[in-house]
Amino acid sequence: MKIHEYQAKQMFARYGVPIPLGYAAFTVDEAEAAAKKLAQETGSPVVVVKAQIHAGGRGKGGGVKVAKGGPGEARELSQKILGMQLVTHQTGPAGQKVRRLYIEQGLDIARELYLGAVIDRDRRRVAFMASTEGGVEIEKVAAETPEKILTVHVDPAVGFAAYQARELAFGLGIGGKETLGKFVKLMRALYEVVVREDCSLCEVNPLVVTKGNDVVALDAKINLDDNAEFRHPEWKDLEDRDEEDPVELEAKAAGLNYVSLDGNVGCLVNGAGLAMATMDIIKHFGAGHGVAPANFLDVGGGANQEQVTKAFKMILKSPKVKAIFVNIFGGIMKCDVIANGVVAAAKELGLKVPLVVRLEGTNVELGRKILSESGLAIQAAGTMADGAKKVVAAVGGAR
Amino acid sequence: MSVLVGKDTRLLVQGITGSAGGFHSKQMLEYGTQVVGGVTPGRGGEKFEGNVPVFDTVARAVKATGANASCIFVPPPGAADAILEAFDAGVALVVCITEGIPVADMLQVRRVLEGLNGKTRLIGPNCPGIITPGACKIGIMPGHIHKAGHVGVVSRSGTLTYEAVGQLTAAGIGQSTCIGIGGDPVSGMDFVDVLELFQADPDTHGVILIGEIGGGAEERAARFIKEKMNKPVAGFIAGTSAPEGKRMGHAGAIIAGGKGTAAEKIKALEAAGARVAPTPSDMASTLQVMMRG
Repeated sequence: MKIHEYQAKQMFARYGVPIPLGYAAFTVDEAEAAAKKLAQETGSPVVVVKAQIHAGGRGKGGGVKVAKGGPGEARELSQKILGMQLVTHQTGPAGQKVRRLYIEQGLDIARELYLGAVIDRDRRRVAFMASTEGGVEIEKVAAETPEKILTVHVDPAVGFAAYQARELAFGLGIGGKETLGKFVKLMRALYEVVVREDCSLCEVNPLVVTKGNDVVALDAKINLDDNAEFRHPEWKDLEDRDEEDPVELEAKAAGLNYVSLDGNVGCLVNGAGLAMATMDIIKHFGAGHGVAPANFLDVGGGANQEQVTKAFKMILKSPKVKAIFVNIFGGIMKCDVIANGVVAAAKELGLKVPLVVRLEGTNVELGRKILSESGLAIQAAGTMADGAKKVVAAVGGAR
Repeated sequence: MSVLVGKDTRLLVQGITGSAGGFHSKQMLEYGTQVVGGVTPGRGGEKFEGNVPVFDTVARAVKATGANASCIFVPPPGAADAILEAFDAGVALVVCITEGIPVADMLQVRRVLEGLNGKTRLIGPNCPGIITPGACKIGIMPGHIHKAGHVGVVSRSGTLTYEAVGQLTAAGIGQSTCIGIGGDPVSGMDFVDVLELFQADPDTHGVILIGEIGGGAEERAARFIKEKMNKPVAGFIAGTSAPEGKRMGHAGAIIAGGKGTAAEKIKALEAAGARVAPTPSDMASTLQVMMRG
């Protein structure tokens, strides 16, 4: 789950990671009021107006602007940014509509650095990365000048040790005693955020050293580990449904794993690996014919008939779907449950596109019987490859 | 003719009184697995299915039954704790089926596991388990699709393992042991750990390895195959068509920052002498060609 910059910064503040003063704003009036308040609190008219969307690269896309002239200018900038379709390298060409702003105090910046925490899957540790190349895409730094990225791995039994923070600090050229102390404190606080808030990613880009020698998180990006939702009831309030794909949200509410894709074959599969492999095999046989998967959908092993019906309805309702491939290898999932769900959904919404079904595994005979007695126009497939070829041909025929 | 589990495996089931734990314990008993006890805190003294004793703690269960393996069906909030309890009781093989354990919990589990110096092995979490056909089934895989034989299967995906096993059995090729290592980003045994066992097992003559996008486990497997293995390895990597930055069902199946793509993994495996099946329908036939050659 992704959250906004201002929400991540509120988390930072709770753990003592220094952030600039700032306020979230949902309207132009709120933005102006926030700028006024900041001017009073800081004694400086300079504020930054920042678009809040779940994608990086906001500055380059025109979603971050400095207002040097006080609240009036902040209002004008907010008017421009709020409601715009912000296009960045992470949003895709359609961009993302800006519905929230963050109005933040301007700082006198001496240096911009990069800090990021990720789960290093190979080392099975939280890894902290730091670089002197702040404010630029870290992927670019990693590809072009990997030697500029410093990494330390944290032992979960010990926590973030002070010497590790010093190692990063000296590597970044932070040597002054006062700044060094502030940096070490910030790093250890950030580690607490990562562990206690169940972050799967925590990035500060840039982390700045101010002209007054303070170390401050100027940006904040946090991804939360979806698996930890059960122990964070407060995450409900952090969710921004406007930032999510509505079909994916509907699927999540029904307990299904669904990802929207660009193609034209709807897929219903049990198991994540098999669901991915089904996409792959459709693409394999369909690539030369303009046929590709329209979605990833794993109904899971323990789905009941209602969930299967729901899943199949989601596929039937999608206007881009020109044919459907149901691919099931029943283990815990029983083939008759799938067959009943498919038939129930098709009877309710009507089946207007070709349907190819491959059933294998637990209760396969019963499943096949239910489908053949349903009166639906179904093409049965013996193997995955057979099914993929049939569905590719079906889309070709439908065109 | 197998690795890790066989006729002498004595299994505990943690969470045996839950719905998933109970259902699959029955299936395992029917398959012939020696389920010698169950553990559910507060339910000690009961009997499961009339004759399997239930204990309050893993330590008590091990003491009373001499169990040497444990299968965990405990829900995510208590699953990491259940793994640690099994470690502490000295169980040699811990298989965790549970899906949805927070990665922060698994980092701690891994830290403890490292301190055990190989005394205990962990399979999973978020996996189908392990089966030696005809001898011992630990987990949730459908037993009837398997056939005893000489091909080892190791996989990050449950249903894709069934797909591979189904193809092998249909072609008349049996399996020595099939191990699902799970779809989480941080877990127990990885490909290399399993390949080491298959390489050393005289009754395993060839291997099917099923990977997917995300992480670097397939690349590490490729290095091991190149340097240490002389048995044929056929593979499949799921996710060639997956978009970047999206979690594809499994918590670990995500291409992040351009890393962990299927193309990189396929390239690494093929460079190491493994053959990657062009489609998931060709896993068994790809290995068959290698074993004949």
